[in-house]
Amino acid sequence: MEVEKIIDGLHPLERKVIPSLKKYTRFEYLIKDSGLKDVEVMRALQWLENKKVLEIKKVEKELIELDENGRSYLKKGLPEKRLLQELNESNKSIHEIKTLEKEEVGISIGALKKKAAILMNQGQLSITEQGKKLLEKESFEELFLKKEFPLEVSSLKDEEKFALNNLKSRKQILKVEKRKLISIELTSLGKELIEKDVRGEDVIERLTPKMLKDGSWKNKKFRRYDVSINVPQINGGKKHFVNQALEYAKQVWMDLGFKEMTGPKVQTSFWNFDALFTAQDHPVREMQDTFFIGSIPKGKLPDKKIVDSIKESHEKGVEGSLGWGGKWNDELAKTNVLRTHTTCLSAKTLYNLKKEDMPAKFFALGRCFRNEALDWSHLFEFNQTEGIVVDPNANFRNLLGYLKQFFKKMGFEKARFRPAYFPYTEPSVEIDVFHPVHQKWLELGGAGIFRPEVTIPLLGKEIPVLAWGPGFDRLIMDFYKIKDIRELYNNNIEQLRKIKAWNK
Amino acid sequence: MPTVTLNKEVFESLVGKKLPIEELKDRISMLGTDLEGIEGNEINVEVFPNRPDMLSEQGFARAFSSFIGEKTGLRKYEIEKSGEKIIIDESVKDVRPFTACAIVKGINFDDEKIKEIIQIQEKLHTTYGRNRKKAAIGVYPLEKINFPVTFFAEDPNKIKFQPLEMQNEITGLQILSKHPAGREFAHLLEGKDKFPFFKDANNKILSMPPIINSHDVGKIGDKTTDVFIECSGFDFGYLKVCLNIIVTALADMNGKIYSLELEMDNQKIITPDLKPVEWELDLEYVNKRLGLELNETELTELLSKMGHDYKDGKVLVPAYRADIMHKVDFIEEVAIAYGYENFVPEIPKVSTIGQEDSFEKFKKKVSEILVGLGLLQTETYHLTNNNDQNVKMSIDLDLIELKSAVNNDYNMLRGWVIPSLMNVLNKNLNKEYPQDIYGVGTTFKKGDSETGIIENDRLAVTLCNEKVNFTSIKQVFDFLMRMLDIEYKIEDTEHLSFIPGRVGRVIVNEKEVAYVGEIHPLVLENWQLVNPVAAFELNLSELFGLIKNE
Repeated sequence: MEVEKIIDGLHPLERKVIPSLKKYTRFEYLIKDSGLKDVEVMRALQWLENKKVLEIKKVEKELIELDENGRSYLKKGLPEKRLLQELNESNKSIHEIKTLEKEEVGISIGALKKKAAILMNQGQLSITEQGKKLLEKESFEELFLKKEFPLEVSSLKDEEKFALNNLKSRKQILKVEKRKLISIELTSLGKELIEKDVRGEDVIERLTPKMLKDGSWKNKKFRRYDVSINVPQINGGKKHFVNQALEYAKQVWMDLGFKEMTGPKVQTSFWNFDALFTAQDHPVREMQDTFFIGSIPKGKLPDKKIVDSIKESHEKGVEGSLGWGGKWNDELAKTNVLRTHTTCLSAKTLYNLKKEDMPAKFFALGRCFRNEALDWSHLFEFNQTEGIVVDPNANFRNLLGYLKQFFKKMGFEKARFRPAYFPYTEPSVEIDVFHPVHQKWLELGGAGIFRPEVTIPLLGKEIPVLAWGPGFDRLIMDFYKIKDIRELYNNNIEQLRKIKAWNK
Repeated sequence: MPTVTLNKEVFESLVGKKLPIEELKDRISMLGTDLEGIEGNEINVEVFPNRPDMLSEQGFARAFSSFIGEKTGLRKYEIEKSGEKIIIDESVKDVRPFTACAIVKGINFDDEKIKEIIQIQEKLHTTYGRNRKKAAIGVYPLEKINFPVTFFAEDPNKIKFQPLEMQNEITGLQILSKHPAGREFAHLLEGKDKFPFFKDANNKILSMPPIINSHDVGKIGDKTTDVFIECSGFDFGYLKVCLNIIVTALADMNGKIYSLELEMDNQKIITPDLKPVEWELDLEYVNKRLGLELNETELTELLSKMGHDYKDGKVLVPAYRADIMHKVDFIEEVAIAYGYENFVPEIPKVSTIGQEDSFEKFKKKVSEILVGLGLLQTETYHLTNNNDQNVKMSIDLDLIELKSAVNNDYNMLRGWVIPSLMNVLNKNLNKEYPQDIYGVGTTFKKGDSETGIIENDRLAVTLCNEKVNFTSIKQVFDFLMRMLDIEYKIEDTEHLSFIPGRVGRVIVNEKEVAYVGEIHPLVLENWQLVNPVAAFELNLSELFGLIKNE
């Protein structure tokens, strides 16, 4: 049964090689006998080896091959033999010799003299009785040349070794070199196989349109494939893996009923800081953390009403708040920055929100910036996932509820919340998720409920706004097992082609 | 955020209880500080900037002890009158108008305690004091001072004294250039006609705030037991809190606090003032914000764990707390005391409709079409440099420059996306071809907007392989436009990044939205590319605007 199955699955190359296996074990002979190219034979042998039909053996051996003169002597005969034949017809002087090349003359005479086959008398060469005897039978050397090459030195008989020694010393008759010799050994399965008919004339290799048209595929077998075999890899077009992750997160927020916010990456400090009750002397507003814009240092403030109420919330506070005190500087608020968080989008959204649209839920996913030296764990661009819930009845437990749900959908069953501090939220929360594989907590970033100093100027009254903005890159890196944060954007095409799809 | 190092033994004796290490770690984190680690006898914690009162071992232990229920409620500190005076001369008004002062007696300043007071001073300087700008603190051995002390301002050329760590007397102005602390903080006084100084009754200079104390009287040593403390700055309320943080920490070292009388603007004010601050708070507000159902007793207990007293809708807040600005701040106090881990997360049943931004949706569609053609998407930085954007591309765009960017290779905002893709091709020279890639990214240019900068999202496609030409890239472009059902025409144009005669300008509704062409070999050489590149760049923001208006 097994043999039959193997026969059904034989590749045309294998079918061509198998008959030769009955006669030969050596690679070179298999090539000659099958009439295939060496690579084809090798491929077929490897396949057969995988099928446990045979084993391929590689041994280093000393091999003898015919050289240029050797091949020519095989056809024309050895020069000494030809000289002997000529002399057998008539005695000749050296100059009268016809069948030999000039350089062959001396050596031939020498060889024949040694065997007492000729005589030299006053410039005339003549054959002896011994010579005539020699003419009747083939010499060891002649026999040797007629053997099938390549020959292994170790397999020679004594007289062959004698012939080898004689011929080796002569010019370009034989080549002896060390070579890797490939041979095969049939397994018992192989021995069984070679006795079968493997021609497979009725086996279809490839189904063609012609076969379909004329129906010639009927009553024939299809060659059986080894379906477990490895195939060459192909690559397709795809979205960048970071975007795949962001799109997934986006879908989670939309499923939870959130509406997308977008907006510019360059913002005035007014929206990035002041509207979020970040004191004007807060360290985050200093050069080393934030990117400021050299070409266009300042932008415009929005209308006076909102500017005045933000100013008041900073200087004196709003509705029962003390504020930061001091003077609020509107020039500082005009300073352009590359947004340090997507929370500036939330501030703008609250400002533009109509009362009749409440309760409302918004999210944003976007690139933010921080002026930071580049290394394996620091990047000047990062992704944040932002969310706000504007609802007069919202509370702290709801905040934790949304966050827990989001991270659950991101694949983290366990989330932990710790107290934190941000100028614009109260209470403030730090979010950790528990990594199920590494068995440790991952710190992801902040959340909280916007302070009245934020919501009163933007919304007109104190309505609780749940807000969060954890970083997203650590989750992406974790999923793709990326250790160096720079790999997120180094666009190694090999990596882009091979990296798995985001699938959560 | 500042890190504070606590001595575990001292800390435990201040707290009044020794917790197992795991519980200690957990409780520190849940109090609202970041535990950096515990090593041997050292506990390292990060203190959030809203709690400067926790920057000292004493302050931290005080808050922690309440939190774990050991010593709860408002702490009482006794203050005695010292009978001494501080005169605040009106000359300081324009340079550093306020100071708040105190005396603390009876501390044995051993090395440990000297280290501790230096730590408090430094941490307060860098955080709450905003690097000495908003508040600077001076601590002096009391025995070397004769009261009344005067806070005044004078021409810095006229005042000479020997600053700490220097051999000779130099003028106030020289300090700014010659003394290390002077150089570091010079910017706080530079350009002022007069500098602020403290002097004692014998006209001996005590210090030049916020820079340096004098050598004679400005250094506490191991024989010191009594100290004079001043905080100077611009907001009296702010300085009073700063002073309170220090004196309560010293009182927790068994020091005794004495007040001083400040004479200022014909007014007499006593500092320090440790009278608790009264706030109104109603239970309903707390319950509504937190989603809890606490009663008055529970609220009282929770607030006492944060060091406050509560009774009948009134909270008494310790005078060293700098962070209570609004009654909302008690919400967090209660939440921390209740324990964040004890809240049950809950998603309310509020129905809202999820919605994707329409332009984002459009970009997603564009991406899908290109992926269908077998293109690979790249994601590149918005930050780049002039060399990549202009020089290598043989053009001269007016780019938006960043101020003081840490990385010189990333000090501009990109004006177009093709150079970002050229950079990707350059980084992938040894990878298999064809390399057909695209990227969608924000570009920046000057224009009329809130910030004076206009941002557009643009799509760039580059095809790179041996056989690429104008036809190949136009085919991709054409396919995209047909799939989006947008009619366009291409006109002959010139663009120095492309081969002359092989670059077209794409017009939709009479607006230019794209360039399509073969990249110039000079540009390829600049990027060390060995295969031809055909590319297009399409302004998706504009295109979307055009088709949306149709």
